[in-house]
Amino acid sequence: MNRDGHRLTLLLLPAGIFFGAFFLLPLAQLFHIGLTGKEGWGAYTAILTDRNYFSSLLSTLGLAAITTVVTLMVSGLAGVFLQRNRFPGNGALVAMLTFPLAFPGVVIGFMVIMLAGRQGLIGDISRFLTGDKIVFAYSMAGLFMGYVYFSIPRTILTVMAAAEKLDPKLEEAARSLGASTWHVVVDVIIPGLKPAFISAGAICFATAMGAFGTAFTLATRINVLPMVIYTEFTLEANIAMAAALSFVLGAVTWVVLAVARTAAGSTVAAAG
Amino acid sequence: MTETMKPLAITLTGCAKTFADGTKALEPLDLAINAGETVVLLGPSGCGKTTTLRIIAGLEQPDAGGKVMFDGEGVTPLSIEKRNVGMVFQSYALFPNMSVAENIGYGLRLRKTPTEALRARVGEMLAMMRIEKLADRRIDQLSGGQRQRVALARALAVRPRALLLDEPLTALDAKLRDALRIEIDELLRRLGITAVYVTHDQAEAMALGDRIVVMEHGKVAQIGTPRDIYQRPATLFVADFIGTMNRVQGRVANGGFVTAAGTIPWAGAPAHITEAMFRPQDISLAEGGDAHLRGTIAAAFFLGDRTRLAVNVGGEKPLILETGTRRDFKHGETVGLRIDPHGLLSL
Repeated sequence: MNRDGHRLTLLLLPAGIFFGAFFLLPLAQLFHIGLTGKEGWGAYTAILTDRNYFSSLLSTLGLAAITTVVTLMVSGLAGVFLQRNRFPGNGALVAMLTFPLAFPGVVIGFMVIMLAGRQGLIGDISRFLTGDKIVFAYSMAGLFMGYVYFSIPRTILTVMAAAEKLDPKLEEAARSLGASTWHVVVDVIIPGLKPAFISAGAICFATAMGAFGTAFTLATRINVLPMVIYTEFTLEANIAMAAALSFVLGAVTWVVLAVARTAAGSTVAAAG
Repeated sequence: MTETMKPLAITLTGCAKTFADGTKALEPLDLAINAGETVVLLGPSGCGKTTTLRIIAGLEQPDAGGKVMFDGEGVTPLSIEKRNVGMVFQSYALFPNMSVAENIGYGLRLRKTPTEALRARVGEMLAMMRIEKLADRRIDQLSGGQRQRVALARALAVRPRALLLDEPLTALDAKLRDALRIEIDELLRRLGITAVYVTHDQAEAMALGDRIVVMEHGKVAQIGTPRDIYQRPATLFVADFIGTMNRVQGRVANGGFVTAAGTIPWAGAPAHITEAMFRPQDISLAEGGDAHLRGTIAAAFFLGDRTRLAVNVGGEKPLILETGTRRDFKHGETVGLRIDPHGLLSL
């Protein structure tokens, strides 16, 4: 028994060293740097008391949440459809949908500008139709569009894999009891896809919380936490504030995912 | 039990099914199922029995020209959710995200049944299937037999016009299968509901069916009561598929059927036949002049209460019979066989 214990410790050692060196130490250091400002805990309390910091925290959370919900809706519909309907070009379409996986945030931002920017397609069309030029690339709306765009590929493959495992007999049983298509979706398909939605949603949410490249390309003054951290770090040289914000960004994301996971009552790895 | 629903008569006319890939699952089929009757669709896999059930259910549409009628009313274009038929599947198909009681009440909930009435009906169903204690369990906490009871309760809770069962016992082990088969039989008789039951197990079909539809390659081979089908099989396929059938080759002469192993007395034998058929229970062991046929034992299986013998009489396959005698049989030993003339059949 004791021998087994020793061997287990020995085997766990590499993982433990790795975990300590690349997770615990940097995180502790980050937390510590957050305390090195003029007022000690001031950097942390400022996040709650300073209107700018707090509002950027809220808007980041809001953006990530809406991105997650919309992404899950789009990927859920498209994923189930693509899995159920085989048509010529099906494979090619799935491959195309996963295309944005390879793009850095800068490219996504660039594409949003081409679509909804000052010289963008949407603006040209709206001016032709109504005389007004619609431009939303350089705002939260543009950022939201970019985030949904790069979140869909991450989600859709997970949904398709889960949709393949749904038991068609469950849907037939529901229909035999009088369930309309709507009820089949709500009572059978969505519960069946729930584990996939939770794991894909967690990755989607965490990515949207921390994404930087797209925001940076769209506008330097956009009010999301990663941008604020960048500004504090490089322009204001307020290292303590940047570290405190970084730590809180990670902690808040982790808490949200932990709560979502508990609420869903399922074992899904929280992506931090 | 308050099952006031009038039983349903189901008629299929010219129902064929060709799948998108060109496979012909079902040749044009005509079938009339009487109100309150239990009809078993029986056959090997790929014979079209499940397709027939799915056409009745409304899960599949028959090819153009096929018609499904409920009590003389055309329901062909109606999809399953509008037909009010209960379905029970081999895989149970219970909703894993709902408790036992929620599963049973699901159809009632869809019908916007008031809470009190819903709860009462669910209670009634739980009692009927003797699963009251399981009401709040999750589905993954149930055994196979319990799951199928819940599935039956769920299907019957909404008072369906007919009950459609697709191999409901196949996933269960032998002992449980027998117990639940008896229970289903009692249930169907008590409720007087029209039931269509699909199985590949002939013993199950014989036990449950008022009538059996034997199917082969998308076609009906024979329709009849279990007794009809067993005693007067219409084709060689039916004869072989239902129970064990012995076949011996020969010709008719002088009021008997002459084979290489001896002559079986058969007064009314049709003159043209070259093969006689009889069931294992119509053969008995006999000595000397009482024996009609002589053969050698190819195999003997001691089953405890009886011994199953395979006796070679020079035909394509050895004859199968069972005997209750206590004696031991040796491979290659010669035995005399007597055939009961009432059991003789020909095609």
